[in-house]
Amino acid sequence: MSDFDTAPLPERMLMAPHADALGMRLVSIEKGRGVMTTPWREELVGDPETGVIASGVVTALIDHTCGLAINSAIGEPMPIATLDLRIDYLRPAAPRTGITAEAHAYRLTRTIGFVRAEAWDVDRGDLVATAQAAFMLNTRTQPLKVG
Amino acid sequence: MNDAAIQSLDAFLQKVPYVRFLGMRVELAGDEMTAVLPFSQHLIGNPMLPAIHGGVIGAFLELTALAQLSLAQPAQRVPKTVDITIEYLRSGRAQDTYARAILRKVGRRVANVQVEAWQDSRAQPIAGLTGHFLLRNEPRT
Repeated sequence: MSDFDTAPLPERMLMAPHADALGMRLVSIEKGRGVMTTPWREELVGDPETGVIASGVVTALIDHTCGLAINSAIGEPMPIATLDLRIDYLRPAAPRTGITAEAHAYRLTRTIGFVRAEAWDVDRGDLVATAQAAFMLNTRTQPLKVG
Repeated sequence: MNDAAIQSLDAFLQKVPYVRFLGMRVELAGDEMTAVLPFSQHLIGNPMLPAIHGGVIGAFLELTALAQLSLAQPAQRVPKTVDITIEYLRSGRAQDTYARAILRKVGRRVANVQVEAWQDSRAQPIAGLTGHFLLRNEPRT
Protein backbone atom coordinates (compact mmCIF):
# COMPACT_ATOMS: atom_id res chain seq x y z
CA MET A 1 0.00 0.00 0.00
CA SER A 2 3.04 2.30 0.08
CA ASP A 3 2.26 3.64 -3.39
CA PHE A 4 -1.34 4.51 -2.48
CA ASP A 5 -0.62 8.24 -2.53
CA THR A 6 1.18 8.28 -5.85
CA ALA A 7 -1.03 5.87 -7.80
CA PRO A 8 -3.29 7.34 -10.52
CA LEU A 9 -6.67 8.29 -9.10
CA PRO A 10 -8.78 5.42 -10.51
CA GLU A 11 -6.32 2.84 -9.23
CA ARG A 12 -6.09 4.58 -5.89
CA MET A 13 -9.85 4.51 -5.45
CA LEU A 14 -9.82 0.77 -6.10
CA MET A 15 -6.94 0.13 -3.70
CA ALA A 16 -9.08 0.86 -0.66
CA PRO A 17 -9.43 -2.57 0.96
CA HIS A 18 -13.19 -2.16 1.45
CA ALA A 19 -13.74 -1.15 -2.20
CA ASP A 20 -11.87 -4.30 -3.14
CA ALA A 21 -13.85 -6.42 -0.65
CA LEU A 22 -17.12 -5.16 -2.16
CA GLY A 23 -15.84 -5.93 -5.66
CA MET A 24 -16.19 -2.29 -6.76
CA ARG A 25 -15.19 -1.51 -10.31
CA LEU A 26 -14.59 1.78 -12.04
CA VAL A 27 -16.96 2.38 -14.95
CA SER A 28 -15.96 5.89 -16.02
CA ILE A 29 -14.32 9.03 -14.75
CA GLU A 30 -14.20 12.61 -16.02
CA LYS A 31 -13.61 15.95 -14.33
CA GLY A 32 -16.06 16.23 -11.43
CA ARG A 33 -17.89 13.02 -12.30
CA GLY A 34 -17.41 9.36 -11.63
CA VAL A 35 -19.32 6.12 -12.13
CA MET A 36 -18.62 2.93 -10.17
CA THR A 37 -20.38 -0.40 -9.92
CA THR A 38 -20.62 -3.29 -7.46
CA PRO A 39 -21.69 -6.63 -8.97
CA TRP A 40 -24.18 -8.74 -7.01
CA ARG A 41 -22.91 -11.61 -4.97
CA GLU A 42 -24.38 -13.80 -2.23
CA GLU A 43 -22.25 -12.31 0.59
CA LEU A 44 -23.67 -8.83 0.00
CA VAL A 45 -27.33 -9.77 0.34
CA GLY A 46 -29.34 -7.78 2.90
CA ASP A 47 -32.61 -9.67 2.61
CA PRO A 48 -32.11 -13.43 2.46
CA GLU A 49 -35.77 -13.94 1.51
CA THR A 50 -35.47 -12.00 -1.75
CA GLY A 51 -31.73 -11.97 -2.50
CA VAL A 52 -31.73 -8.16 -2.72
CA ILE A 53 -28.34 -6.51 -2.13
CA ALA A 54 -27.98 -4.75 1.28
CA SER A 55 -28.66 -1.03 1.43
CA GLY A 56 -25.31 -0.73 3.25
CA VAL A 57 -23.59 -1.76 0.03
CA VAL A 58 -25.42 1.06 -1.76
CA THR A 59 -24.26 3.46 0.99
CA ALA A 60 -20.62 2.40 0.68
CA LEU A 61 -20.70 2.53 -3.13
CA ILE A 62 -22.26 6.02 -3.11
CA ASP A 63 -19.79 7.31 -0.51
CA HIS A 64 -16.87 5.95 -2.51
CA THR A 65 -18.15 7.27 -5.85
CA CYS A 66 -18.70 10.72 -4.29
CA GLY A 67 -15.06 10.68 -3.17
CA LEU A 68 -13.99 9.75 -6.69
CA ALA A 69 -16.00 12.66 -8.17
CA ILE A 70 -14.47 15.15 -5.70
CA ASN A 71 -10.94 13.90 -6.34
CA SER A 72 -11.42 14.07 -10.10
CA ALA A 73 -12.81 17.59 -9.78
CA ILE A 74 -9.75 18.71 -7.83
CA GLY A 75 -7.47 17.05 -10.34
CA GLU A 76 -4.74 16.20 -7.87
CA PRO A 77 -4.51 13.70 -5.03
CA MET A 78 -5.84 15.25 -1.86
CA PRO A 79 -7.11 13.62 1.32
CA ILE A 80 -10.81 14.30 1.86
CA ALA A 81 -13.33 13.37 4.55
CA THR A 82 -17.09 12.94 4.34
CA LEU A 83 -18.90 15.48 6.52
CA ASP A 84 -22.39 14.21 5.88
CA LEU A 85 -24.21 11.97 3.50
CA ARG A 86 -27.96 11.78 3.00
CA ILE A 87 -29.44 8.90 1.04
CA ASP A 88 -33.04 8.44 -0.07
CA TYR A 89 -33.87 4.83 -0.85
CA LEU A 90 -36.45 5.17 -3.59
CA ARG A 91 -37.17 1.48 -4.04
CA PRO A 92 -35.51 -1.86 -3.33
CA ALA A 93 -33.04 -3.06 -5.92
CA ALA A 94 -34.01 -6.01 -8.10
CA PRO A 95 -33.12 -9.41 -6.61
CA ARG A 96 -29.68 -10.79 -7.41
CA THR A 97 -28.67 -7.57 -9.20
CA GLY A 98 -25.64 -5.32 -8.69
CA ILE A 99 -25.65 -1.56 -8.17
CA THR A 100 -24.12 1.27 -10.18
CA ALA A 101 -23.65 4.79 -8.83
CA GLU A 102 -22.83 8.09 -10.53
CA ALA A 103 -21.64 11.08 -8.53
CA HIS A 104 -21.26 14.69 -9.60
CA ALA A 105 -19.12 17.12 -7.62
CA TYR A 106 -20.96 20.27 -8.64
CA ARG A 107 -19.36 22.84 -6.36
CA LEU A 108 -15.96 23.10 -4.71
CA THR A 109 -14.79 25.78 -2.34
CA ARG A 110 -11.34 25.91 -0.77
CA THR A 111 -12.47 23.74 2.13
CA ILE A 112 -15.73 22.03 1.12
CA GLY A 113 -16.94 19.94 -1.80
CA PHE A 114 -20.63 19.39 -2.57
CA VAL A 115 -21.71 16.25 -4.37
CA ARG A 116 -24.91 14.69 -5.67
CA ALA A 117 -25.20 11.04 -6.52
CA GLU A 118 -27.67 8.60 -8.03
CA ALA A 119 -27.73 4.83 -7.94
CA TRP A 120 -29.58 2.29 -10.07
CA ASP A 121 -29.67 -1.43 -10.62
CA VAL A 122 -30.66 -2.12 -14.24
CA ASP A 123 -31.85 1.06 -15.92
CA ARG A 124 -30.09 4.43 -15.50
CA GLY A 125 -33.51 6.09 -15.67
CA ASP A 126 -35.05 3.97 -12.91
CA LEU A 127 -33.15 4.92 -9.75
CA VAL A 128 -32.96 2.94 -6.52
CA ALA A 129 -31.36 5.77 -4.51
CA THR A 130 -30.41 9.43 -4.64
CA ALA A 131 -27.87 11.09 -2.38
CA GLN A 132 -26.40 14.41 -1.37
CA ALA A 133 -23.08 14.79 0.41
CA ALA A 134 -20.60 17.37 1.67
CA PHE A 135 -16.90 16.64 1.99
CA MET A 136 -14.10 18.45 3.75
CA LEU A 137 -11.15 18.94 1.41
CA ASN A 138 -7.44 18.63 2.06
CA THR A 139 -7.79 17.11 5.48
CA ARG A 140 -4.03 16.61 5.65
CA THR A 141 -3.49 20.28 6.56
CA GLN A 142 -5.54 19.62 9.69
CA PRO A 143 -3.73 18.01 12.59
CA LEU A 144 -4.75 14.37 12.66
CA LYS A 145 -7.05 13.92 15.61
CA VAL A 146 -6.03 11.02 17.78
CA GLY A 147 -8.31 9.96 20.62
CA MET B 1 -36.52 -7.40 27.32
CA ASN B 2 -36.02 -11.12 27.54
CA ASP B 3 -33.35 -13.53 26.40
CA ALA B 4 -35.64 -14.97 23.75
CA ALA B 5 -35.96 -11.54 22.10
CA ILE B 6 -32.21 -10.98 21.89
CA GLN B 7 -31.60 -14.53 20.77
CA SER B 8 -34.12 -14.24 17.97
CA LEU B 9 -32.59 -10.89 17.03
CA ASP B 10 -29.08 -12.27 16.90
CA ALA B 11 -30.25 -15.32 14.99
CA PHE B 12 -31.98 -13.04 12.50
CA LEU B 13 -28.89 -10.85 12.10
CA GLN B 14 -26.63 -13.81 11.51
CA LYS B 15 -28.98 -14.98 8.76
CA VAL B 16 -28.25 -11.82 6.76
CA PRO B 17 -25.20 -12.47 4.58
CA TYR B 18 -24.13 -8.81 4.56
CA VAL B 19 -24.12 -8.69 8.40
CA ARG B 20 -21.74 -11.66 8.41
CA PHE B 21 -19.68 -10.01 5.67
CA LEU B 22 -19.17 -6.96 7.93
CA GLY B 23 -18.69 -9.15 11.03
CA MET B 24 -21.27 -7.18 13.05
CA ARG B 25 -23.01 -8.56 16.14
CA VAL B 26 -25.23 -7.21 18.92
CA GLU B 27 -24.99 -7.46 22.71
CA LEU B 28 -27.58 -6.81 25.36
CA ALA B 29 -26.99 -5.36 28.83
CA GLY B 30 -30.29 -5.21 30.66
CA ASP B 31 -32.61 -3.59 28.18
CA GLU B 32 -29.83 -1.74 26.33
CA MET B 33 -28.64 -3.08 23.02
CA THR B 34 -25.13 -2.33 21.84
CA ALA B 35 -24.05 -3.20 18.32
CA VAL B 36 -20.41 -4.21 17.88
CA LEU B 37 -18.34 -4.03 14.70
CA PRO B 38 -15.02 -5.76 15.39
CA PHE B 39 -12.20 -4.23 13.39
CA SER B 40 -11.15 -6.13 10.32
CA GLN B 41 -8.74 -5.30 7.50
CA HIS B 42 -11.43 -5.51 4.81
CA LEU B 43 -13.36 -2.61 6.39
CA ILE B 44 -10.61 -0.09 5.67
CA GLY B 45 -11.37 2.75 3.27
CA ASN B 46 -8.18 4.76 3.55
CA PRO B 47 -5.09 2.58 4.00
CA MET B 48 -2.85 5.59 4.68
CA LEU B 49 -4.42 6.69 7.96
CA PRO B 50 -5.68 3.87 8.26
CA ALA B 51 -9.40 4.58 8.63
CA ILE B 52 -12.57 2.51 8.37
CA HIS B 53 -14.54 3.20 5.17
CA GLY B 54 -17.24 5.84 5.65
CA GLY B 55 -19.69 3.57 3.87
CA VAL B 56 -19.01 0.80 6.38
CA ILE B 57 -19.75 3.15 9.26
CA GLY B 58 -22.95 4.28 7.56
CA ALA B 59 -24.02 0.68 6.94
CA PHE B 60 -23.21 -0.28 10.55
CA LEU B 61 -25.31 2.63 11.88
CA GLU B 62 -28.23 1.72 9.62
CA LEU B 63 -28.10 -1.93 10.64
CA THR B 64 -28.02 -0.87 14.30
CA ALA B 65 -31.22 1.13 13.75
CA LEU B 66 -32.88 -1.86 12.08
CA ALA B 67 -31.74 -4.19 14.87
CA GLN B 68 -33.15 -1.87 17.54
CA LEU B 69 -36.47 -1.72 15.67
CA SER B 70 -36.52 -5.51 15.33
CA LEU B 71 -35.91 -5.82 19.04
CA ALA B 72 -38.82 -3.51 19.79
CA GLN B 73 -41.13 -5.38 17.42
CA PRO B 74 -39.81 -8.93 17.37
CA ALA B 75 -42.87 -10.43 15.68
CA GLN B 76 -42.89 -8.14 12.66
CA ARG B 77 -40.99 -8.11 9.40
CA VAL B 78 -37.81 -6.08 9.36
CA PRO B 79 -38.58 -2.44 8.42
CA LYS B 80 -37.47 -0.89 5.13
CA THR B 81 -35.10 2.06 5.13
CA VAL B 82 -36.72 5.19 3.67
CA ASP B 83 -33.88 7.67 4.14
CA ILE B 84 -30.76 8.14 6.24
CA THR B 85 -28.53 11.08 7.05
CA ILE B 86 -25.07 10.19 8.26
CA GLU B 87 -22.87 12.74 10.01
CA TYR B 88 -19.18 11.96 10.26
CA LEU B 89 -17.52 13.45 13.31
CA ARG B 90 -14.14 11.74 13.58
CA SER B 91 -12.34 9.25 11.42
CA GLY B 92 -13.00 5.64 12.38
CA ARG B 93 -9.64 4.22 13.39
CA ALA B 94 -8.46 0.64 12.96
CA GLN B 95 -10.19 -0.70 16.06
CA ASP B 96 -13.57 -2.01 17.21
CA THR B 97 -16.60 0.27 16.82
CA TYR B 98 -19.78 0.33 18.92
CA ALA B 99 -23.22 1.83 18.32
CA ARG B 100 -26.47 2.41 20.15
CA ALA B 101 -29.81 3.47 18.75
CA ILE B 102 -32.67 5.52 20.17
CA LEU B 103 -36.18 5.06 18.82
CA ARG B 104 -37.28 8.70 18.84
CA LYS B 105 -40.69 7.94 17.46
CA VAL B 106 -42.34 4.73 16.39
CA GLY B 107 -45.51 5.68 14.60
CA ARG B 108 -48.06 3.50 12.90
CA ARG B 109 -46.21 3.39 9.58
CA VAL B 110 -42.88 5.14 10.03
CA ALA B 111 -40.22 5.21 12.75
CA ASN B 112 -37.59 7.89 13.35
CA VAL B 113 -34.37 6.44 14.77
CA GLN B 114 -31.16 8.09 15.88
CA VAL B 115 -27.90 6.15 16.18
CA GLU B 116 -24.47 7.09 17.46
CA ALA B 117 -21.20 5.21 16.98
CA TRP B 118 -18.05 5.45 19.06
CA GLN B 119 -14.73 3.71 19.61
CA ASP B 120 -12.69 4.55 22.73
CA SER B 121 -15.13 6.85 24.43
CA ARG B 122 -18.86 7.13 24.08
CA ALA B 123 -18.54 10.85 24.86
CA GLN B 124 -16.53 11.25 21.63
CA PRO B 125 -18.76 9.74 18.94
CA ILE B 126 -17.20 9.09 15.53
CA ALA B 127 -20.49 9.27 13.60
CA GLY B 128 -24.24 9.69 13.94
CA LEU B 129 -27.24 8.71 11.87
CA THR B 130 -30.84 9.83 11.72
CA GLY B 131 -33.14 7.72 9.63
CA HIS B 132 -36.74 7.03 8.73
CA PHE B 133 -37.88 3.44 8.45
CA LEU B 134 -41.07 2.05 7.00
CA LEU B 135 -42.73 -0.35 9.42
CA ARG B 136 -44.27 -3.43 7.91
CA ASN B 137 -47.13 -4.66 10.00
CA GLU B 138 -47.00 -8.20 8.74
CA PRO B 139 -45.71 -11.20 10.62
CA ARG B 140 -42.10 -12.19 10.12
CA THR B 141 -41.74 -15.26 7.96
